[in-house]
Amino acid sequence: MAEPVLELSDIVKSFGALRATDHVSLDLKPGEIHALIGPNGAGKSTLIHQICGTLRQDSGTIRLAGKDIGHLGVAERSRLGLGRTFQVSSLTPDFSALRNVMLAVQAQQGSSFRFFKPVMRDASLIDRSMAMLERVGLQDRARIPAAELSHGERRQLEIAIALALSSKAFLLDEPMAGMGPEGSKALTGFLHSLRQEAPILLVEHDMDAVFALADRISVLVYGRVIATGTVEEIRRDPAVRTAYLGDHA
Amino acid sequence: MLNRETLVNLILAALLLAVPLMANAFGQPFYVTLATRVAILALAATGLNLALGLGGLVSFGHAAFFGIGGYAAGILATHAFSGDPLLLGLSGTNQMPLIWLVAMLVAGLVGLLIGLISLRTSGVYFIMITLAFAQMVYYFAISWPAYGGEDGLSILVRNQFPGANTMKPVSFFLICYAVLIVALGLFVLIRGSRFGSALQAARQNEVRVATVGIAPYRIRLTAFAISAALTGLAGALFADLNRFVSPSMLSWHMSGELIVLIILGGTGRLFGPLAGAALFVIFEYVLGGLTERWQFFLGLILLGTVLFARGGLLGLLAGKARHG
Repeated sequence: MAEPVLELSDIVKSFGALRATDHVSLDLKPGEIHALIGPNGAGKSTLIHQICGTLRQDSGTIRLAGKDIGHLGVAERSRLGLGRTFQVSSLTPDFSALRNVMLAVQAQQGSSFRFFKPVMRDASLIDRSMAMLERVGLQDRARIPAAELSHGERRQLEIAIALALSSKAFLLDEPMAGMGPEGSKALTGFLHSLRQEAPILLVEHDMDAVFALADRISVLVYGRVIATGTVEEIRRDPAVRTAYLGDHA
Repeated sequence: MLNRETLVNLILAALLLAVPLMANAFGQPFYVTLATRVAILALAATGLNLALGLGGLVSFGHAAFFGIGGYAAGILATHAFSGDPLLLGLSGTNQMPLIWLVAMLVAGLVGLLIGLISLRTSGVYFIMITLAFAQMVYYFAISWPAYGGEDGLSILVRNQFPGANTMKPVSFFLICYAVLIVALGLFVLIRGSRFGSALQAARQNEVRVATVGIAPYRIRLTAFAISAALTGLAGALFADLNRFVSPSMLSWHMSGELIVLIILGGTGRLFGPLAGAALFVIFEYVLGGLTERWQFFLGLILLGTVLFARGGLLGLLAGKARHG
């Protein structure tokens, strides 16, 4: 069995009396898509915040490629290879799609403390950024400010940024949200190919996408992982059926 | 091909050069001095524009750096004149290049210290904390009798620049103009660089910047220190223009004035500070000649700008700012 790329062990986070994350352990193995599902209020967002570093867990460890990242800030975790997309797109709105990706490429290449060379004449930034835009199919929209892109295009742009970071693990927070049926289908195909690059922890409400993509699924309810298993195991699990899927499956 | 903003910028730069040269030719040194004031205020606001325009850091304390630059010039010149050693046996100087270097270093260093603490906050808190720091410097200057305290400090002879007679208004103007152009060139370089990209991105979306692995705090702190150094340089020139430094250079009115210049001219635009400074000095001169209450009308104009022309003068002349 390969070493997990991302590994959460025994994470606990409380807000006052509310235990939002209750001894959560989960891992992400090379090449897999691990879906995290759960009803609203299950604590998915809280967990994502702890993985990314915007919230600090009360106890437990988070490892990325074997390194303990649980005490690091957001920027440091990103530099170590945690690429994420947001539930609600988070981009630099005045910058073109290209410059949004270029920011990630420059961060990935190292220092941002270079004061004189113009970025728009820096082939090492532009070429790689264009390549990333091409991979998500945005090459024709490279010069459009992010604020003027459509909802779906912004989602694609976020993925292009995560790709540019040469991430070791992707954390995708509801990438399907707000996409039409066509867009969802195309994105599902894309995510399927993305796993070659790095494993994906996929938080998603769209069950069709989850069942089509996931190698494993973990179900989070009231801050606890009540089940982890393959799509079939999760479909059959009686606890999951009552807690979450209802009659859906 | 020139885009519209570049054209507007070139015209503004040419005007600021041509007007005082013509005034000088017609024997009107007063207008040369007015133009020098524009150039220096534009330089000070260009410094602030780096933090405020590019970085979105609304500093209400840049008078501190302006005044520190001014006092650096005044104190160095005083010691050079009297011959008393300044500290550690070092003497003063009346050489502008050296004075500028000291002014920028001291202002930049104080900027670094103030930024170190202030940049842990944001929004209204940032505005208030920068104001508080500037007021501390202000009251320190007032209560420090060695260099004039409340009465300020006179510079008896304007400091010197190699190969120029700085007492001639037009020579001093050309020096200030050249410094301004160099500073604007620096602004262009920084804005287009990796550092500038990170700084502007941090203004738009801090979370995004952190998520690609760049810590916004360090980027902002560096920008704040550079910004302070530039404004400090302007302060040194301002002291030489008036041959006088007083705590009023450090007061919060001055901080407000610098912000007003930027808003009038166009926030974050390369020539916003110059356009704003020119408008401000023209208002001050024209309206000030008509009524003592010219600031009331300036207030109306500012209100109009904020409500109806948020891009300032540059926004009106050159349209919306564009990012590559």
